Amino acid sequence: MADLNKCTIAELSEKLASGECTSVDIVNDVLASIDANDGKVGAYLTLDREDALAQAEAADEKRVAGSTLPMLGIPVAIKDLLNVKGQPCTCSSKILEGYIAPYDATVISKLREAGAIMLGRVNMDEFAMGSSTESSALGKTSNPWNFDHVPGGSSGGSAACVSADEAIASLGSDTGGSIRQPAAFCGCVGVKPTYGRVSRYGLTAFASSLDQIGPITKSVKDSAILLETLCGYDPMDSSSIDMDVPAFGKNLTDDASLAGMKLGLPKEFFVEGMDPEVEKSVRDAVEHCKSLGAEIVDVSLPNAKYAIAVYYIIATAEASANLARFDGIRYGMRIDGKDPADLYAKTRSAGFGQEVKRRIILGTYVLSSGYYDAYYKKAQKVRTLVRNDFTEAFKQCDAILAPVTPTPAYKKGEKTDDPLKMYLDDILTTPTNLAGNCALSLPCGFASNGMPIGLQIIGDDFQEETILKVGHAYEQSTEWHKARPSL
Amino acid sequence: MKYEATIGLETHVMQKTNTKMFCSCKYEYGAEPNTHVCPTCLGYPGALPVMNEKAIELICKAGLLLGCEINPYSKWDRKNYFYPDMSKNYQITQADEPLCLGGQITVEVEGELKTFTLERIHQEENAAKNTHVAGASLVDYNRAGTALMEIVSNPCMSSAADALAYMTAIKQIMQYGGISNCDQEKGQMRSDVNVSVRPVGQKELGAKVEIKNMNSFAFIQDAIEYEIDRQISVLESGGTVVQETRGYNPDRGETFTQRTKENAHDYRYFPEPDLMPVKVSKEQIEQWRSELPEMPAQRRVRYVEELGLPEYDAGVLTASMDVSDWFEETMKHTQNAKAVSNFIMGEMLRLLSEQGLTISESRVTPEKLARIIELIDAKTINTGGGKQIFETIFNEGGDPKEIMEAKGLAQVSDDSALEGWADEAIANNPKPVEEYKAGNPASINFLMGQVMKASRGKANPGAVMQMLKQKLDG
Repeated sequence: MADLNKCTIAELSEKLASGECTSVDIVNDVLASIDANDGKVGAYLTLDREDALAQAEAADEKRVAGSTLPMLGIPVAIKDLLNVKGQPCTCSSKILEGYIAPYDATVISKLREAGAIMLGRVNMDEFAMGSSTESSALGKTSNPWNFDHVPGGSSGGSAACVSADEAIASLGSDTGGSIRQPAAFCGCVGVKPTYGRVSRYGLTAFASSLDQIGPITKSVKDSAILLETLCGYDPMDSSSIDMDVPAFGKNLTDDASLAGMKLGLPKEFFVEGMDPEVEKSVRDAVEHCKSLGAEIVDVSLPNAKYAIAVYYIIATAEASANLARFDGIRYGMRIDGKDPADLYAKTRSAGFGQEVKRRIILGTYVLSSGYYDAYYKKAQKVRTLVRNDFTEAFKQCDAILAPVTPTPAYKKGEKTDDPLKMYLDDILTTPTNLAGNCALSLPCGFASNGMPIGLQIIGDDFQEETILKVGHAYEQSTEWHKARPSL
Repeated sequence: MKYEATIGLETHVMQKTNTKMFCSCKYEYGAEPNTHVCPTCLGYPGALPVMNEKAIELICKAGLLLGCEINPYSKWDRKNYFYPDMSKNYQITQADEPLCLGGQITVEVEGELKTFTLERIHQEENAAKNTHVAGASLVDYNRAGTALMEIVSNPCMSSAADALAYMTAIKQIMQYGGISNCDQEKGQMRSDVNVSVRPVGQKELGAKVEIKNMNSFAFIQDAIEYEIDRQISVLESGGTVVQETRGYNPDRGETFTQRTKENAHDYRYFPEPDLMPVKVSKEQIEQWRSELPEMPAQRRVRYVEELGLPEYDAGVLTASMDVSDWFEETMKHTQNAKAVSNFIMGEMLRLLSEQGLTISESRVTPEKLARIIELIDAKTINTGGGKQIFETIFNEGGDPKEIMEAKGLAQVSDDSALEGWADEAIANNPKPVEEYKAGNPASINFLMGQVMKASRGKANPGAVMQMLKQKLDG
């Protein structure tokens, strides 16, 4: 076995171009790795081997015919909330059992156009509501670095499969940290693009004003390549922005210098109760960036501390409406009742898990007559303040360095009984979703128990190029991203 | 005690757009159920709405026609409620920032000019159509998501007659403006009516009762009258009117309780995050204003001033845009406006009403009517012959000239033939002859009728009159 599954997109593209391997070889290695390890990792929900191999054969034929598409022949795992025509799209929920997507999400069409292979569908927290993939109704996913630990969430399957070399790359979605946190927990690179950069058409909505699709990969360069494929204006998504997409991949140069860059360090992001090992790794990473020529400046995000409260009002309010369509009438699970209201109640009671129900009820409450002004309206005002903080901070720096999470990946079951505790872990990622700007997560160390630690690089609106540049420079001069879990 | 009623209307009008409000599905009335659907209008996971710009143009034009102020910044909201007619279980609508604000129309009610004011017009999406059959409900999503605007009046009306005049004017303006066909049979115009009653002189309005979703003007009138009487009798018997939503049962001519205030929905409106706010520039508004078509009132003035028609004719012709358009089409082929008007107001409207047809279904086309009038004007046939030809074409189709020949309707002006009939009429009717000679000129009409009868309608009436006068006066 040539272990092609362990390679990056950049490495495989070279091998494919030189004829050293075929796309069928890659898919075979990935499938072998899934066979060997996914019993323990539990990343995949559905996998159509024949379809994946057929796509690989078609990609190889295209290459023979002269095609040099950027993602040609590279298999990508898909988070189970993205619609791929003809495939299930369960969002890890029982309520979507039996639903087969009748259309491709825009990012899927873009991946197809770029030559990528849709590999299989990976596990997640139910409807992306959770931070550990433990709210999935369809399977348990483990952290490849230690099977007793959670992979993070909600894109836990997307991070675990990449970390375990069961995929070359994957797609996740980030509403409050759902790409960055599992990437950090599993030792991968993940990007939450600026809101509006990537079309949401075909992404089953959790919170429409916060959701963004992004890549989870083994290197910053891979994230740049995959992100470039995903971005671009889409007339099907009114929130998508009509602006040019830089050549993220090509524009990354291999010199590891950060000379002339100002990197901000927000004091509010080294929160009370933060794991000292996480703090140390991140502070070491900051020092490392300094050694690469960056100037480190103190910045302040004073309203970031309200982000959790604001996030759990806005996200749940939007979710309460977004999830109303899962009613048993047109698709998915149905439990009949004596009238429509009874049918809804029975179907939704049986179809949704506890965390989803909790958030629907919370969202319904904050929008209710008499409570709207006190909760939703106020939250929107504070959201503006959070955004203003970033605007001010980016007047002083090119990018912000911060931890991704207060702790490394914790043990399964540790926080499932205390949802609030789990919500609080989103303190460092939700501000970016509320403000709309972009952020990247990449490995910057390990805790003494062997679990990976992530560094967050936060950029201003549409400054993906800047955070990719900083991340790439850091990665070029460190070895953290090369470490792999022993399965 | 004397009571007065206060009435306000919320009128839903389906706009004439090619595609639905937030997706590219077509709307086609009567299509096979669930054939014009897509992930967006079916509320599938991940599908997103995209605003129909034509609908925005139409609602703004409606606003301009109704004297509204066009809001330069308006936004979308989600109205949450669970029902199978709403695929997402929320409706995209405009809650606090609608596209059109204010507005008014002036109409004639029972001979008096009244001005009714509008609160707003907002854009929303239509619901699916539910059909209830034994043991099941069927949902047709073809109508789901079609462009629907809601015209909200102020509580400024006080009788069923006011409401009828208001709705009739709205319908006429929407049709003339090209905003909507307002075909009530097809559900393109439906109204909710708010009715309250209070003792004359009381400042505060009485408890408001909403009667939901009626499409027939006659039902709306009946429902308002019933509701005013009901509320007055509740008050007179010492009771209080309950604020509630009622339905109207046309078979019984009664309203009935649907939902009381305690069970009212909490729609939990909040801004729609999937759509951007709508910004309309001053330039755009002026552009749309310059494109506004002529309204019925303007057409009436033109018919009187330019075509020389009586006010009455102008009113009848413009009452329906179809008829007015048909009239204008005919005027492209003839100069004789009064003759066209007479045919439309007479034969055409009578035959359409007898046979339950619309003017677009008439076999008599504008060109054919123009040719009939041409034959009359050239005195080839008389008016009676023209009417016969009109009716024949209306019922069976055909060419005016061929029918004239087949039926032998060509007018007779030949003196010898006329003389024979005139002599016969004078000889057989001594009494009218005497009366005429005694100084009653109207008696000649009887003789005239006899000649026309003898000629089977073909005699040229002018020539007959001249000949009779010559013989009797001579």
